[in-house]
Amino acid sequence: MDNTARRRIFDVTGWIIGLLAGMALLAHDAMADSKRSAPPNAPWRAECGSCHIAYPPQLLPAQTWRQIMAQLDKHFGTDASVDPVAAAEISAYLERYSGSARRTAVLPDGLRITETRWFLHEHDEMPSAVWRLPAVKSAANCAACHTTAEQGDFRERNIRIPR
Amino acid sequence: MVLLASLAAAGTPADQQKRFEDELRAAGSPLGGFSAQRGEAFFNATHGSEWSCSSCHTSNPLAAGKHARTAKLIAPLAPAANPERFTDAATVDKWFRRNCNDVLGRLCTAQEKGDVLQYLMSLK
Repeated sequence: MDNTARRRIFDVTGWIIGLLAGMALLAHDAMADSKRSAPPNAPWRAECGSCHIAYPPQLLPAQTWRQIMAQLDKHFGTDASVDPVAAAEISAYLERYSGSARRTAVLPDGLRITETRWFLHEHDEMPSAVWRLPAVKSAANCAACHTTAEQGDFRERNIRIPR
Repeated sequence: MVLLASLAAAGTPADQQKRFEDELRAAGSPLGGFSAQRGEAFFNATHGSEWSCSSCHTSNPLAAGKHARTAKLIAPLAPAANPERFTDAATVDKWFRRNCNDVLGRLCTAQEKGDVLQYLMSLK
């Protein structure tokens, strides 16, 4: 084999390695994506979605979901207790699709999505008066601005801030 | 399957009244019947803390309500306005448990639940 042929093989190998690496990266992204959009779960939607929208599991880390599920009878000032069978299924679902511990870390002693680092960062340009608008009422009311929050879609293009 | 499950669970508001009556009987409480008037007063009153039933369900249970804290829409509570109400025993028990704890800080008695339902059934 002469040098040109050897170089050609080397080039092809390089291409294949590059291609494989690219595919691995894409696969990794797709996995991260699937984690971002968890498949809907019936008991989660029914039980977690009756007093507020059913908050997507990826908005909090597993540890925080565990704390929330352990005190549902005292859920931010109301009794939100569910039967043990539904509670077990909801807990498993929340933990399986929970957010990364680093990105969704909650402030010390916090349990609220609105107290996570990413939430504060994502909303840091919102004037505080917006949260107090009658149509918003509280930062827990995602759907006041995220018009498609109920469907788990928080994309910027679907945001309408009420006046 | 969903249809079958909902058929299996189907009940009527009168079925729930029957359950509350059985509860009273089992507890050996006097059976004086349920009163829509008492139920209405109970529904609109606060019971030692901030909320009444009407804080979220409004004083017109034929209309939609709104969660007092989260502002989420609540479908009408009166069966005449919302035929799904009081058709499933487990759902009825779950919400009486949660909401009585929130409004009264305790579970409601069968008499209280029966009175409230009597009131809701009287609305047309």
